[in-house]
Amino acid sequence: MPFIPNLSLKEEMLKEIGLKDIEELFSDIPEEVRIKDLDLPEPLSEEEVVKRLREIARKNRPFPDLLSFLGGGVKPHYVPSAVKHIISRSEFYTSYTPYQPEASQGYLQAMFEYQSVISELTGMDISNCSLYDMSTSLGEAVRMGYRINRRKKVLIPRSISWERKSTLKNYIKGLPVDLVEIEYDRESGKLNLEDLEDKIDGDTMCLYIENPNFFGIFEEDVDEISSIVHDRGSILIVGVDLLSLALVKPPGEYGADIVISEGRTYGTPMNMGGSSLGIFACRKEYLRNIPGRIIGLTHDLDGNRAFCMTLQTREQHIRREKATSNICTNEALNALALLVYLSILGSEGLVKIAKKNLENARLLHDRLVSLPWFKPRFKGSFFNEFVLESTQDVFYMNRELLKRNIMGGLPLEISFPELKNCLLFGITEVYDDKDVDMLIRSIKEVYHV
Amino acid sequence: MYRFASFDEPLLNKLPQRKTKISTQSPHIPEKLRRSSPPKIPNLEEQQVVRHFFRLSQMNYGIENGTYPLGSCTMKYNPKVCEDVAGWREFTDIHPYQDESTFQGTLQILYELEELLKKITGMDAFTFQPSAGAHGEFLGMLLVRAYHELRGEDRNEIIIPDTAHGTNPASAKMAGFEVIEIPSNSEGTVDLEALEKVLSDRTAAFMLTNPNTLGIFEDRILDIERMVHNAGALLYYDGANLNAILGIARPGDMGFDIVHLNLHKTFATPHGGGGPGSGPVGVKKLLEDFLPVPRIRKKGDRYILDYDLPHTVGKIRDFYGNIEVCIKAYVYLLMMGRRIRDVAEISVLNSNYMKEKLKRSGFFDFPHRDLKKHEFVMSCQRLKEEKGLRALDIAKRLLDYGLYPPTIYFPLIVKEAIMIEPTETETKEDLDRYVDALISIAEEDPDIVRSSPTKTPVKRIDEAYAVRNEILTWKDI
Ligand SMILES: Cc1ncc(COP(=O)(O)O)c(C=O)c1O
Repeated sequence: MPFIPNLSLKEEMLKEIGLKDIEELFSDIPEEVRIKDLDLPEPLSEEEVVKRLREIARKNRPFPDLLSFLGGGVKPHYVPSAVKHIISRSEFYTSYTPYQPEASQGYLQAMFEYQSVISELTGMDISNCSLYDMSTSLGEAVRMGYRINRRKKVLIPRSISWERKSTLKNYIKGLPVDLVEIEYDRESGKLNLEDLEDKIDGDTMCLYIENPNFFGIFEEDVDEISSIVHDRGSILIVGVDLLSLALVKPPGEYGADIVISEGRTYGTPMNMGGSSLGIFACRKEYLRNIPGRIIGLTHDLDGNRAFCMTLQTREQHIRREKATSNICTNEALNALALLVYLSILGSEGLVKIAKKNLENARLLHDRLVSLPWFKPRFKGSFFNEFVLESTQDVFYMNRELLKRNIMGGLPLEISFPELKNCLLFGITEVYDDKDVDMLIRSIKEVYHV
Repeated sequence: MYRFASFDEPLLNKLPQRKTKISTQSPHIPEKLRRSSPPKIPNLEEQQVVRHFFRLSQMNYGIENGTYPLGSCTMKYNPKVCEDVAGWREFTDIHPYQDESTFQGTLQILYELEELLKKITGMDAFTFQPSAGAHGEFLGMLLVRAYHELRGEDRNEIIIPDTAHGTNPASAKMAGFEVIEIPSNSEGTVDLEALEKVLSDRTAAFMLTNPNTLGIFEDRILDIERMVHNAGALLYYDGANLNAILGIARPGDMGFDIVHLNLHKTFATPHGGGGPGSGPVGVKKLLEDFLPVPRIRKKGDRYILDYDLPHTVGKIRDFYGNIEVCIKAYVYLLMMGRRIRDVAEISVLNSNYMKEKLKRSGFFDFPHRDLKKHEFVMSCQRLKEEKGLRALDIAKRLLDYGLYPPTIYFPLIVKEAIMIEPTETETKEDLDRYVDALISIAEEDPDIVRSSPTKTPVKRIDEAYAVRNEILTWKDI
């Protein structure tokens, strides 16, 4: 019997411990709650399951069979083969959280390296070794902000994804704080600094910004934003795209106090948004307020270098309701995937890919606005996503493109009613001219030219 | 006997690097934002990187290295085919905002997995959005909050037994509740009098793990259910220990209103060294309209994402959950089917078998009720008093026997606690070997035990030094 070797030894083992019947082991479960008739299917063999799953898999249209130009944070990136091979080493993927450091030096060293790489990229002093995803990282960052200064006003851009906003709202349900949204500048797409100046005050706990922001646009005025925030003694939380940090000034250099990001697609596939990785880095003075696990360097009895989980008195298994967070299981394997991904690329590869993203985005942008139906919506400069306004009904266009195996840009008017017929496009290094040609040709077909 | 490989593996940034000339300047980045020098990520050849991580992997112990009876963690074998299927490009290369008509396959899996979990637990609806058990608890607490708020009731207390896992009180607190802890009785189960005393019109919910973290089934569960519901509160099930009752009893039939499961425990998906996990939350009808959006529904033969839910709490993370983990659990469940009852039977048999053998050895004490479920907690307090051996020493010594230690010092109410959960996937020889190792350690020269481990890549680690010195990145060295 697969996976249950002792099934055939049931009688023998029962006898050895002085029992007659397996039922005796369950005699403490009241009759009233016993399952009378287990309504589950007959087991399938491995071969049968694979066959069944093949049929189901056929109902999906993965990239690039379905060529997606969707923005909104998730995009396909190339993952070198070695990444999957390394994270499939079962010493890594079948281990538990490293509670026994002597038996987990390999993973612990890798997580120490992960923390180091994140700190290099973001320009922050320290990083934990993962939270669930970027939206929960934001939730935890704001909760940490409250522990630090106990202020009640949380400023966020109006232009973040509705899912992130909703997650944040839930993460602060238990705190006596209010969310206040800062407008975006309708021309540039950047944060509206006047609105920020109006709304920030002495009771402002923090400002969260994204760079590039949800519209793909770089917040150029980060130095100004940083001084506005710090003049009030508030905390600056910055959300970044990791890849952009190959070329963009790290938030640590413009005074960010906490930096969050998403590791999904850097070392792991899109997985329908599944393989998430919440990145969380901050200044060292907040060390004792950080949520999640942290790995530290130390030595063993003989003085050999060693690694272990550290500062655990912040965590739920010791502090219970007074812990900095409830997180226990995190996204370790995805953090490992990101580390291996970055190690294989090196700074050289990362810079190259970031530049390719910039170039492809310009190519796509220019080809689209050369069509009669699109114009740029915002003036700000962008990374690998951008917003175009269409003269046409974008839902109709996307439906027609889908028939040609293309996902057009992400319609924004559902979350931002003022952005009617605006689409958020995204592209990365994995696309080439032919892919862009195909999109352009298909749009022309939709409009019969 | 298993032996670790041991390497003096340098940190990644100390490996020999190739020379590079990199310009971070790009006309497309606003001048004020340009990075002056590239991030210090080492530039290495692929084979250097692979060898580095390969060596690190060999200094790490997973369940494929050997027995891993970590109590409360259900470290069972992770079938390989689950990994393969979840890795097919039809599942991995899907964008979360693709048109739903283009990932009908994944939606079908999630829908059918929900149906299976409903049957296994007796709940009415599941969401797969929580990324782990604690995330599920947090969602559960948000549901409790939303439910009472809508009814105009001001209830802000969550009751939790002293055996509860640390995430329970932490999750309740994060959702804004006050936590009230109640003691357990001499049987190791909920003290009903203590519960009665703290239940009131302020009680929002009672959180319970069943079997509890002592591995003991809460046999008064129906009394508990009546008391909690009579007080107008909800009953929450921490599903970390569901393995013990799969196919035998269902939390839904015990009166639980909310459950979270750990796919990365009960349903055989690997723990990944700390994640990704998946902590689906199931609810009874009365809470269905509060679940996060979207819900996955079936209309004719199509699956749809339904965002139209009157009282939804909204989102607790991006998108739909850790989908790849759900796919692995689905494959596992198709292979198990009705056989999940065997999972419960043998995991409980294995646990009682080990307990009985260890009990007969006479070295350890077994507080509370004798009959255990899938795990048991014993105390080595006597060994501590007589030979100066703590649970920690015994755990470390097990590593020299090539075995992964059990959970120690949890639950907090047992002195020098050793918590063993063998699961159903170990062989009898594995169980015997583990028991023999524990007995042999109890008989050994205590000095040897206290100075263990010696056969691991490093010896016992100075954790206090790490706390004091705060060396947390390679820049700190
Ligand atoms: C009883 C119990 N409850 C909750 C949890 C939390 O689950 P997770 O680590 O998936 O967040 C665990 C495991 O760590 C547990 O053992």
